[in-house]
Amino acid sequence: MDPSSTKRAIAGSLAGVGLLAFAPDLAAGAGFSSTFLPELSQVVLNGLKLGFIISITSIGLSLVYGTSRLVNFAHGDMVTFGAVMAFFFNGAAGGPRLHIIPAGLLAIVAGAGLGAGLQKGLWQPLQERKTGKIQLFVISIGLAVLLRHLILLQFGGRPRSYIQYALQEPLILGGMRITPRDLVVVLIAAAVLVAIGLMLTMSPLGKAMRAVADNRDLAEASGVDVRKIILMTWIMAGALGGLGGVLLGVVENVNYLMGFRLLLLIFAATILGGLGTAFGAMAGGIVVGLVVEMSTLVSPTELKLMWGLAVLVVVQLVRPQGIFGRKERIG
Amino acid sequence: MPPDQKHADSKAALPASEPGAAKPDPILVCENVRKSFGGLVAVDVDHLEVQRGWITALIGPNGAGKTTLFNVLSGFDSAETGTWRFDGRPMQKLPPHRSAGRGMVRTFQLTKVLRGMPIIDNMRLGAPGQRGERFVPGLLQLWRNQEEEVTRRAETLLSQFNLTRMRDEYGGALSGGQQKLLEIARALMVEAKMLMLDEPVAGVNPALTDSILEQVVKLRDDGMTILFVEHEMDVVMGISDWVVCMAEGRIIAEGPPEVVGRHPEVIDAYLGTDE
Amino acid sequence: MKRRGLASRLPAILKDPLMLMAIAVVAVGMFAAFSPLPGLRIFTDALRSATGGQAAVFALAAIGLNIHFGYTGLLNFGHVGFLLVGAYGTAATVSTFGGSLWLGILIGMGLSVVLALIMGGTAVRLRADYLAIVTIAVAEILRFLARSRAATDVTGGVFGLQGFADAFYDINPIPRGIYALGWLQFTERRLWPIVAGWGLVVLVSIVVWLLMRSPWGRVLRAVREDEDAARALGKNAFGYKLQSLMLGGVIGGLAGSLWAIHLQAVTPDQFLPIQTFFVYAVLILGGPGTVAGPVVGSVIFWFVVAGFDSFLRAAAFAGYIPDFLGATEAVGAARFVLVGAGLMALMIFRPQGLLGNKREMQIVAS
Repeated sequence: MDPSSTKRAIAGSLAGVGLLAFAPDLAAGAGFSSTFLPELSQVVLNGLKLGFIISITSIGLSLVYGTSRLVNFAHGDMVTFGAVMAFFFNGAAGGPRLHIIPAGLLAIVAGAGLGAGLQKGLWQPLQERKTGKIQLFVISIGLAVLLRHLILLQFGGRPRSYIQYALQEPLILGGMRITPRDLVVVLIAAAVLVAIGLMLTMSPLGKAMRAVADNRDLAEASGVDVRKIILMTWIMAGALGGLGGVLLGVVENVNYLMGFRLLLLIFAATILGGLGTAFGAMAGGIVVGLVVEMSTLVSPTELKLMWGLAVLVVVQLVRPQGIFGRKERIG
Repeated sequence: MPPDQKHADSKAALPASEPGAAKPDPILVCENVRKSFGGLVAVDVDHLEVQRGWITALIGPNGAGKTTLFNVLSGFDSAETGTWRFDGRPMQKLPPHRSAGRGMVRTFQLTKVLRGMPIIDNMRLGAPGQRGERFVPGLLQLWRNQEEEVTRRAETLLSQFNLTRMRDEYGGALSGGQQKLLEIARALMVEAKMLMLDEPVAGVNPALTDSILEQVVKLRDDGMTILFVEHEMDVVMGISDWVVCMAEGRIIAEGPPEVVGRHPEVIDAYLGTDE
Repeated sequence: MKRRGLASRLPAILKDPLMLMAIAVVAVGMFAAFSPLPGLRIFTDALRSATGGQAAVFALAAIGLNIHFGYTGLLNFGHVGFLLVGAYGTAATVSTFGGSLWLGILIGMGLSVVLALIMGGTAVRLRADYLAIVTIAVAEILRFLARSRAATDVTGGVFGLQGFADAFYDINPIPRGIYALGWLQFTERRLWPIVAGWGLVVLVSIVVWLLMRSPWGRVLRAVREDEDAARALGKNAFGYKLQSLMLGGVIGGLAGSLWAIHLQAVTPDQFLPIQTFFVYAVLILGGPGTVAGPVVGSVIFWFVVAGFDSFLRAAAFAGYIPDFLGATEAVGAARFVLVGAGLMALMIFRPQGLLGNKREMQIVAS
């Protein structure tokens, strides 16, 4: 499915959801009284909040897979890295104690640096040695374990929050409750998604990234500097991962497992959308976020992450290449 | 029986030199086989019959659909439509291992010799009906006798193909040409009724090429049916009993090698793609 | 290159850093056990872990994973799921349903077969990376279900199950007393699960050895390297993968049952994904695709990890390193850092581990 129809689909669903959000008011206006609709719109809102964060963090994973054919198991921990770096700049004793916004921006830069460092220092040399795919996969798992527990050593096991925006009164919007900071996060995330979407479709860099992710040999033959593009993809993945971590840290809290917990949802999103596609990952992220939160309507809250995983398994049963992926990538 | 012997009897016994010609005793009959990739038609064969006991060459320029046809017939790829009967039995929905089980055995353009295994094990793998390949008999070691038999057959074939001294070497230690030979020898272990060889001499040095072609002719003389994909016209002329030429998915010509070699459409197809 | 005998490979072994490390481990272990000096706490801790019940459990789990990954090339990253169903199957049969422990073990194995079929049905046709992700997801779904409030009646929810293993301890044939292995001491009650566990490991290893030298094992190895080659030779690759999943799964289930009996308790958070990664580390260290690899790997792995833990604690206590590194949480984290780094180093420099065949593993990994 081409990017423009994807964007239309996303826009349409967002509009529909927005409508749904104000449905209780409309319903009340029509004399309709029920607690279901407000509940529904609340979980939809929560789902979008989570979904946007998953989307932002999934794009990087999907494009790294598309360009390097590597499933980066450490991606979740790169998200944690971003959140933890922001904490260092923001709330850590002995740190610069910046406001969360500059701290967050610095964290994004740190994330980009981590991505670049890993690609140049680890993945590129390994791929030059023609290391096998399975080997690379296990190495990325080892890296994830290593990174996560280095973070644990440094950060500790206790969840922490950023200084600003920690405790807030929720606003009431059309029957839904949302704190101002969560609302801002949702808006920022949506804006970033749109910006990334535009960058990928309109800028030369974005087009080159998608070309390499789609068909590396063809892109190379058309004169694209594949090495440079792969590095840029890693930088973007690290930066977006870092941003996702900061947003998640603002919305929930910062703890050493946050990224790994997100990782499985990221996998669900990218597989649903089609591993290797950027727009697929975006759409997949929103769907997974919605599924996870909307599951609370019918299933206990403790199981909500499980439903995200169930999406993953079901997609693999029914359509392994995902919505936008191509069949040959599978088996 | 190869056609030259038939010439002694009667020239009229030769099938017609046109696409889809009927054969006196076909081992394989294909009908309406079609396969496309995306919008591109890869294979579009109305009718094809392969004569038992002959060496039939499947030629055509790159992209003509030869390997795709092989993949479809042997079950490695699915066709949109089409039926084909091998030795009278319908084959079109069979998975590749069942196709092979029925005697339709193929080799690959890029050889699939198992590089991590010794040659002798590559060979032993080919033998069908091994009791030891089932879980319980395997565990209970009830396969010793059969394994000795299988090993003897394997060693005989290896010596036929002059590969005996490489018996315990890993597949990866063989040269490209030796791997091609091994793949054919291994295919014979499967007790094939028809061998489908995909470019059996591609990239092989001339000495080994002659060796391989010798083996192929010997197999035919012993009664095997052979269908092989080949690029080079001279290889084809040398050993084939019958030639089928494909281009853009369709069969454009059929007949004895001399006839097809002179066929204007065939020459066109090859020249047209700068062969 | 033909396969050479041990004698002719000796010079190469002596130059091999991983081998030397392994030999050092064995030497230190012997020293810790039998030296006339009071054994250094670090070494005895290491030895106790390397020979104990947990090492046996992980050896068994690694044998199961070896069937999937080592011999068939299936990147099953949900292996802990098999341990989970084995452990819960055993424990729940006794605690929840009042059945016998032995029936519970059989049920654990049966559930493993079912799980293997589920995994096979969903994932076996997929390529390696997809298979890995789906198997993790399936195992995590099982863990979520096991710890959910809704399942509490059967699985004990977050708290899990206890008190189901009495039947095993009741049949302890070892006479009362304290048994010593050099400086290590075991009561008969502690010794019994250790002996039974390692006995099971040896038994299953023999079964695996018998299978892998048979034509069945040969087909599995062919499927590992190139499924299509196997199919072209008339072998049903999909069927063999399913059989491999079932065999390795049942062995994993047995490992889970053993674990449950060893700990006399089952809790859902025992079965986090990280445990699968530990099993991979054990398997790769020892040598995937070999019979002894999982066993050797587990012994050496736990020796090194427990020794490292103990070393950190001792060094922190003695003031050689900052105190926080000695705290329990930090020691636990440090252990994972070691395992993560070790797994990376192994895969980068030595994917065939100690006993594996380099050529075979390179082909499998690509």
